[in-house]
Amino acid sequence: MTLNQLSIFLENRAGTLTKVLDILKEAGILIIASSIADTAQYGLVRIICTDPQRAYHELERNGVAVALSDVFAIELDERPGQIAEIVRGLSEAQIGIVYMYSFFIHGKGLLIIRADKAEEAREVIQRSSLRCVPEKELPEWGV
Amino acid sequence: MIWNPNKECMSRDEMSALQGKRLHKIVEYVYHNVPFYRHKLQEMDLTPDDIRTIDDIVKLPFTTKKDLRDNYPFGMQAAPQSEIIRIHASSGTTGNPTIVGYTRKDIGVWSECMARCLTAYGVGKEDIFSVAYGYGLFTGGLGAHNGVEMVGASVVPASTGNTEKHAKLIRDLGITGIACTPSYALYLAETMEKIGITKDQIKLRVGAFGAEPWTEKMREEIEERLGLKGFNIYGLSEVMGPSVSYECQAQNGSHINEDHFYPEIINPVTLEPLPKGQSGELVFTTLTKEGMPVIRYRTRDLCSLIPGQCSCGRTSVRMSAITGRSDDMLIIRGINVFPSQVESVVLSMKEFAPRYMLVVDRINNLDTLQVQVELRQEYFTATFDTPAALDELQKRLAAKLKSVLSIGVKVQLKAPNSIERSQGKSVRVIDNRNIK
Repeated sequence: MTLNQLSIFLENRAGTLTKVLDILKEAGILIIASSIADTAQYGLVRIICTDPQRAYHELERNGVAVALSDVFAIELDERPGQIAEIVRGLSEAQIGIVYMYSFFIHGKGLLIIRADKAEEAREVIQRSSLRCVPEKELPEWGV
Repeated sequence: MIWNPNKECMSRDEMSALQGKRLHKIVEYVYHNVPFYRHKLQEMDLTPDDIRTIDDIVKLPFTTKKDLRDNYPFGMQAAPQSEIIRIHASSGTTGNPTIVGYTRKDIGVWSECMARCLTAYGVGKEDIFSVAYGYGLFTGGLGAHNGVEMVGASVVPASTGNTEKHAKLIRDLGITGIACTPSYALYLAETMEKIGITKDQIKLRVGAFGAEPWTEKMREEIEERLGLKGFNIYGLSEVMGPSVSYECQAQNGSHINEDHFYPEIINPVTLEPLPKGQSGELVFTTLTKEGMPVIRYRTRDLCSLIPGQCSCGRTSVRMSAITGRSDDMLIIRGINVFPSQVESVVLSMKEFAPRYMLVVDRINNLDTLQVQVELRQEYFTATFDTPAALDELQKRLAAKLKSVLSIGVKVQLKAPNSIERSQGKSVRVIDNRNIK
């Protein structure tokens, strides 16, 4: 139900992100969605991509501080208010959102969520009509 | 003015005779009261009777910071606990602080030495004198405090921190003298300017500055901005605290209270004593201390001794300004910091690689220490994929460093393998302070 997201620690220095992106490019990994949490000192880059396990090993082999985090990747349609519903559902179950990001293109979208209580979040999502995108479908999202 | 002309202006022969007599006594005392020294002397086939004159001192073994640490907490103490009336502590190289106990007589000698310093600076009964060294385990605050009371000036125990309030007191009370680190004096000047206190509103005329290296250029700047005359004061807690040596009005080196602290200069590599005038490592033997005497204690400070009578009238030997260290100790805001202390803390946390860099800066005249550490790749897990989690990790390291170093530290997280490796001797310190 969850996806493997790459979480990458980057120093606030020119070229650190380029290095990561070049490694992924060399490995033929397609980035589906990404976000950066920035602080004054460093950044945390979060990436949803094809073949995250291989991406992880490539980055690790090249000395990058990278981790695989479990996140929910919920499919969105064109209906306004859908994200609000999802967030309300979680908060009513006393589940906190650690972070989230989304993208929307050609009538469909993805909402990436990391919840503080993963098991409870899983139950809430299962009980709803929401659909989580499995890893094998990710290449389709890149087209 | 001279506080104790009998001692400070003694003839060389009288001084040597007194030192020789006291050396014999102190060696006999530690031989019977400190197993560490007794064993060392026995190993060298020495008895206290072999030490008769001050020149015999070269026969004696050296004492190092490591010896003090290995005998933590009270192994080096010579006096029974019932005679100890105060305990100070200074930072050690790998965790254990150095514990120094003082008897009532020690505190008396310390106050006397401090009174000699203050009198040389021109401080007397009419002065209102603020002590802005830290009060606490550090010897600066209480050490200076006792001396001010002894000369009969009014002591204001300002300590460090709350600089604005201190600045107002300097103006409102008409404070005439201050003891603090030179960098704190500049910080104070800045604070005064910020809150609109001008030089002509204050009556400061004497500053006793020490506990960290400073330059003539800093002296000029402090004197110009605070309108006072700045004097050097030197000391270390292993030997006593501030007042081991002091500048006089001639300001040509710092007079050593050599009837209590006998100085030698050695080659730090061969440990051979060097002739007077040559530069090397400063070594002290406490001639009268009861609580924790030290025999030939290696200070690691590099300087030279200046013999001969001074134009001020004192005959006591002078030491030049400290030009460096024979180890890697840093002095940051008056506190001794060893890179190995940082190392021991970094190694104790599995999230960090065993590599680090200390970056020392002087920002707005206050020393800052930044410790850069590398995240260890295999411990960077999903737990750390939020700034909140990394900040918590950073704070945990900063708190551990603070408790070991006794100064606040800024931690900078670095990516794995990002701290430069150097060939050969690793460079672990970048000191951006321009104090040479």
